Amino acid sequence: MTNVLEVSGIDAGYGPVQVLRHLSFTVGEGEIVVILGANGAGKTTTLRAVSGMIPSSGSVRLRGSEVRGRRPDQLCSLGLAHVPQGRGTVTDLTVEENLRLGAFSRKDQAEISADIASWYDIFPRLGERQAQHAGSMSGGEQQMLAIARALMSRPTLLLLDEPSLGLAPLVTKELFGRIGEINRSSGTAVLVVEQNANLALSIASRGYVLETGQIISSGTAEYLRNDDKVRQAYLGH
Amino acid sequence: MSEFLQFTFIGLGRGAVYATLALALVIIYRTTGLLNFAQGEMAMFCTYFVWFGYDKGLPLPAAVLVGMVGGFLMGALIERLLVRPVSKKAMGNPLPIVIVTIGLFLGLNGLAPIIFEGPAKTFPVPFGDGTVSILGASIPTRTLGTLAVLAMSVAVLWLLFQKTKFGLGIRAVASNAESSALVGVPVGRMLLIGWGMSAAFGALAGTLSTEGALDNTLMALPLIYAFAAATLGGFDSELGAVVGGLLIGVITELLARYGTIGGYSVGQDLKLFPAFLLILLVLVFRPAGLFGTGEVKRV
Repeated sequence: MTNVLEVSGIDAGYGPVQVLRHLSFTVGEGEIVVILGANGAGKTTTLRAVSGMIPSSGSVRLRGSEVRGRRPDQLCSLGLAHVPQGRGTVTDLTVEENLRLGAFSRKDQAEISADIASWYDIFPRLGERQAQHAGSMSGGEQQMLAIARALMSRPTLLLLDEPSLGLAPLVTKELFGRIGEINRSSGTAVLVVEQNANLALSIASRGYVLETGQIISSGTAEYLRNDDKVRQAYLGH
Repeated sequence: MSEFLQFTFIGLGRGAVYATLALALVIIYRTTGLLNFAQGEMAMFCTYFVWFGYDKGLPLPAAVLVGMVGGFLMGALIERLLVRPVSKKAMGNPLPIVIVTIGLFLGLNGLAPIIFEGPAKTFPVPFGDGTVSILGASIPTRTLGTLAVLAMSVAVLWLLFQKTKFGLGIRAVASNAESSALVGVPVGRMLLIGWGMSAAFGALAGTLSTEGALDNTLMALPLIYAFAAATLGGFDSELGAVVGGLLIGVITELLARYGTIGGYSVGQDLKLFPAFLLILLVLVFRPAGLFGTGEVKRV
């Protein structure tokens, strides 16, 4: 299998504080990979380093070419989409404007409108609220919008930063179902970082466990679910 | 009655100038979420570019174009060389950049007389000094011309912000720059163009403010009125800037003519006072302004 993302030996942090220590992992084409970890393990920092929001050293290869040091907007046009923690929808813009914004790097006007229409089919709530400010929607609806918006750039890899944060269990469950469906139908690879290990492992094919900026365990979803350490720390049984 | 109408029109003309400058403030606010205290001095400086073109023999409209292009370059340079490095270090704290704009205010004010040596420059009166009679009141052609320029500016800006992809990007950057970058908006370029555009509008506002002469005090008062206008109308609304500007212009002109405080006429000397009072009242009772959206948030 060819890799969409190959991260090898990256160090990153904030000012003098080093968070990631020589981190390496891969995401294969069309694959869903999860990074599990407690608060402060470095999950968000990992995604921020990959998408160029903070400087890092080491190597980040997207579809085979080195992209470390590129700006987030450049990475977006190379096929990387990142839904940040807290969703990152532009609350002052309408639902429709948010979706159009997601296609900022594209020029095919007719196709963009068609894509927006198809998102309204997939998430009817977004269609009903297309002229409303994104900030007026519930957390779950905003998360759906954030994901739809990220996919408007037709990425090959989607980064999701704790999509379950602040959502009710039922909403989270639906959300993960949708992520799985989107992955199957579009073939977009997904790298998701989560604290909700159960749900994340249910849709992922592989996973990594992050602790204080280092990977302490990795393997197939099946393997991780039966790993004693993972069970004690993240699955609670 | 005709006198009242005449002063109302003069107020509208003055208000149109405040509105044009308020538009420049709104552009910066919508792009960066910042108040630019140097907006007036940037406009004054750009008006010197206009004068330069005029002095070299260009007709006034062409000279204004020179001033706007020069203004765009100046605004873009200011963003690239001063604002961007500081905001990178400031990590989301707006205060350092506000201080930069205050520094720019003082710097440009001091630089103008040094670069464009000597005393006040003679400057042509835009739209001449003729009058048109409307309902018995004689309205300066200049007032009508200024209003027409304002109407055009608003239309252009509204189309740009609401109907183009560039406008969508710039509104997104103002609201959430980090998340805009993640969906592919080149944030730096948007900010650069925003500063450039707002400085270019300053050239227009400055030219309309001149009363036959140009020196570095040109925009000191208009800036205060423009702040009052933008506060009244709402800092994120072009329509608000325009309505606010016209209202402020008419209110201050009529008060200057008819208002009295303790038996003394308000006159031209005291007419700044209602502008300050308005800023205060709006901030207390309706902080988002008449047309501002305020912040919509649901957690």
